[in-house]
Amino acid sequence: MTDRTEKYMGQALKRKEDPRFITGAGQYTDDFVLPGMLHAAMVRSPYAHARITGIDKSSVEEMPGVVAVLTGEDVAAAGAGPIPVGWLLPDLKVPPHHAVAQGEVNHVGDIVAVVVAETRAQAEDAAALLAVDYDALPSVALGSAALEEGAPQVHDDVPGNVAFRWEIGDEAALNEAFNRAHKTVKVKLRNHRLVPNAIEPRASLAQFSPASGEYLLYTTSQNPHIHRLILAAFVLNIPEHKLRVISPDVGGGFGSKIFQYQEEVVVLLAARLLGKPIKWAARRSESFVSDMQGRDHESEAELAVDADGRMLGLRVNTVANLGAYLTLFAPAVPTYLYGTLLNGVYKFPAVHAKVTGVVTNTVPVDAYRGAGRPEATYLIERTVDVMAHELGMDPAEFRRINFIQPDEFPYQTPVALVYDSGNYEPALDMALDMMKYRELRAEQERMKGTNKILGVGVISYLEACGLAPSALVGQLGAQAGQWESSLVRVHPTGKVELYTGSHSHGQGHETAFPQIAADELQIPIEDIDLIHGDTGRMPYGWGTYGSRSAAVGGSALKMALQKITAKAKKIAAHLLEASEEDIEHEGGVFRVRGAPGQQKTFFDVALMAHLAHSLPDGMEPGLEATAFYDPKNFVYPFGTHVAVVEIDTDTGVVKLRDYGCVDDCGPLINPLIAEGQVHGGIAQGAGQALWEDAAYDEEGNFLAGTFMEYAVPRADDLPNFQTDHTVTPSPHNPLGVKGIGEAGTIASTAAVANAVMDALWHECRIAHLDMPYTSEKVWRAIREARQGAGMGQAADD
Amino acid sequence: MNVTVTVNGKAHTRDVEPRTLLVHFLRENLGLTGTHVGCDTSQCGACTVHLNGEAVKSCTVLAVQAGGMEVTTIEGIGTAADLHPLQAGFWEKHGLQCGFCTPGMIMSAAELLRHDPDPSEATIRHHLEGNYCRCTGYHNIVLAVQHAAAAMREREAGQAADD
Repeated sequence: MTDRTEKYMGQALKRKEDPRFITGAGQYTDDFVLPGMLHAAMVRSPYAHARITGIDKSSVEEMPGVVAVLTGEDVAAAGAGPIPVGWLLPDLKVPPHHAVAQGEVNHVGDIVAVVVAETRAQAEDAAALLAVDYDALPSVALGSAALEEGAPQVHDDVPGNVAFRWEIGDEAALNEAFNRAHKTVKVKLRNHRLVPNAIEPRASLAQFSPASGEYLLYTTSQNPHIHRLILAAFVLNIPEHKLRVISPDVGGGFGSKIFQYQEEVVVLLAARLLGKPIKWAARRSESFVSDMQGRDHESEAELAVDADGRMLGLRVNTVANLGAYLTLFAPAVPTYLYGTLLNGVYKFPAVHAKVTGVVTNTVPVDAYRGAGRPEATYLIERTVDVMAHELGMDPAEFRRINFIQPDEFPYQTPVALVYDSGNYEPALDMALDMMKYRELRAEQERMKGTNKILGVGVISYLEACGLAPSALVGQLGAQAGQWESSLVRVHPTGKVELYTGSHSHGQGHETAFPQIAADELQIPIEDIDLIHGDTGRMPYGWGTYGSRSAAVGGSALKMALQKITAKAKKIAAHLLEASEEDIEHEGGVFRVRGAPGQQKTFFDVALMAHLAHSLPDGMEPGLEATAFYDPKNFVYPFGTHVAVVEIDTDTGVVKLRDYGCVDDCGPLINPLIAEGQVHGGIAQGAGQALWEDAAYDEEGNFLAGTFMEYAVPRADDLPNFQTDHTVTPSPHNPLGVKGIGEAGTIASTAAVANAVMDALWHECRIAHLDMPYTSEKVWRAIREARQGAGMGQAADD
Repeated sequence: MNVTVTVNGKAHTRDVEPRTLLVHFLRENLGLTGTHVGCDTSQCGACTVHLNGEAVKSCTVLAVQAGGMEVTTIEGIGTAADLHPLQAGFWEKHGLQCGFCTPGMIMSAAELLRHDPDPSEATIRHHLEGNYCRCTGYHNIVLAVQHAAAAMREREAGQAADD
């Protein structure tokens, strides 16, 4: 595209990064090999809770290839500190999270020892045979069970297993609202636990150079600078600049690759202690018990409405199971990313939420795609549907009459947030039209009495992404900034490198960021490349999570680009002997207004910036700029999703038949990429509603440790998705963009769940069942309801 | 023990442990890292390659079992300068995001198109149920395979007309 009258932003361009992925030339962490590299295998606890009474290193030391066995004692002796928590709530109880267990293991999969050997197979052989003695301790897996009187204590320093108690909203106002209520409903909901399951298992490769004291870490990370900061400052206690973290191509993250993991500490320490590069790559069965898991809330929600069906208040009481340790963002997820979102898209006079964060003998829980927002959306939208059914109102119309109106923005909610912009009704209307909602309702009636029942789930969601601003999150407990950086480096040839602190693990940054730059610089996109994922090359940045890359990272880029064009304009004016005010930057050239032919190309300017033969007086040579952007507020994407399911009442099989959605994330940088993100998000969210379940037994034994037991959606489980969008720009950032990476997941779990429960309500007045809606669960519920047992509220109560 | 496998048209002889899986042989002995390992239970399909023309999960085949056979990996099916229609289709239809499952998806879809040049959406979805993707929701993967199928049929028709 050489005609610079057309903009790149908004175009569905094919991705620049794809040629390497489709030819097998991508480079993921496990693809790297360093000379003399050894392999580490983790010895993991088979117990949910146990005291380690002995480790007999000699049991494997003579095995072929074994180089070393490292225990918790060795790691402590090497001076490694525990992995810290990155969000500190008041009175938070933080049990120490050591890279290798010291005396006690607290979940199945906790690392007990590390075997290093010449080959991976040798390391795994020896790890399997290492003699470890345990004394099993009482254990507990469910959050509410951990709160019971006499429950096993997970950590001595977390009394009653309560890591924190947190609340938000005005309880008195809420109680007053409930006193005025025409009708209330109460729903008990379990938002069960998930395993993120990025298809690339986590992997890390570390090298240490004794001569320089420098460490190098290749790792599967969404935010290499965060890893460097934590590892250097808190765990290894080394100068930050002595550690370079590279996260090369990363095969999906979904939140699970944000956190500081034990294995990264292990390989770095082992590389130093043994003087050789060390690689560890997870087997999938390790991922199941060592990747941070997601969700796991048990809640009670009460919704009150007046006689006109207007919402008066929402009361929420949630037990959030945090697992065995508090990991990086764990305290933030069920509080500031959940409690503050409980207002949804509605005009609630009052909302009040209490959250109890509980430790259990399970794999730690932290951010997973949406992080708090899917949990909030599921709770609100499920409860709203229960109320609509009780009122006999159409669920879509019940939502519509309660929407915040477009002229009410910025909108202050009762739970702290100020929504930037929104217009919820057009998205609802478009989604209902798209899915032919009225016809679906008619079809639902027609199918009654057959052995197939139809359910339609309509939800309207809102999410907060691009967590911000830094000063505010700092007051709330974040031990991190929430800004992003960008460096734009123009070479003498006019070719451009963009550096971002954001990180792409499938989101197409290498295309989307150059689209922004090509428009600002008005040069072909082929002349621009994005560099990311290497602390040795980029300015400081906080990485990619919470759908922040475009809104925060993209805005930082836009600001850096504006500095480049401002300087370029000055140089052009100087070269053209014109005043800067008379220079137009149009069609890819700088020209003097009213003097056709008097022009300089971007290349001319870039070359002169570097040759410096003729620059304005006092101007520094070069053409390079860095910007740091700290957003003023979150951005608030929204939309309506509609799921249609068909249930076979003879077998209980739920088929997701159709799915359509209208999302609003402001202006789209690349619609192809944005739609792709929505598709993937829908699949993950539908997965939770229908199949996925990180199930434990009561004692914390993990029951879903491989893809044999944990069902992720497959191609033949899903329909094609219909997507569309409205555009309501954010007033806060220079691009007007919001986020889209998590929208699909945030919305779809609730939409699919509502569709299933819509069918079961219409068929046999079942008010609520907990996910996932396995055939057995659905079949039993229908059977019981038809037999007259379990009519009305919640078979799961 | 010694094993000789022809990979992407070139014979390679290596001394391997008998338990070495084909996927590890490709990745570690031959440095062909386009074939990925996503699970250890042969569910995810990231390691799919062609063995004597049939798509197999290379984590379920021992390297020695592949002795004397022909293996085609993602590196052998097309290049950046001369993409296989499936590679072009995945690019054109945004059938990938992180790209980790993509080589396996392409190798699996290639087998489908060899047997069925004009598969229905349901057939594509059924055929790919052994390949997991966590990014795309499969929507665009289906479109990518359809796009490739149409391109291949067109090419076939063109060749037939030339003959």
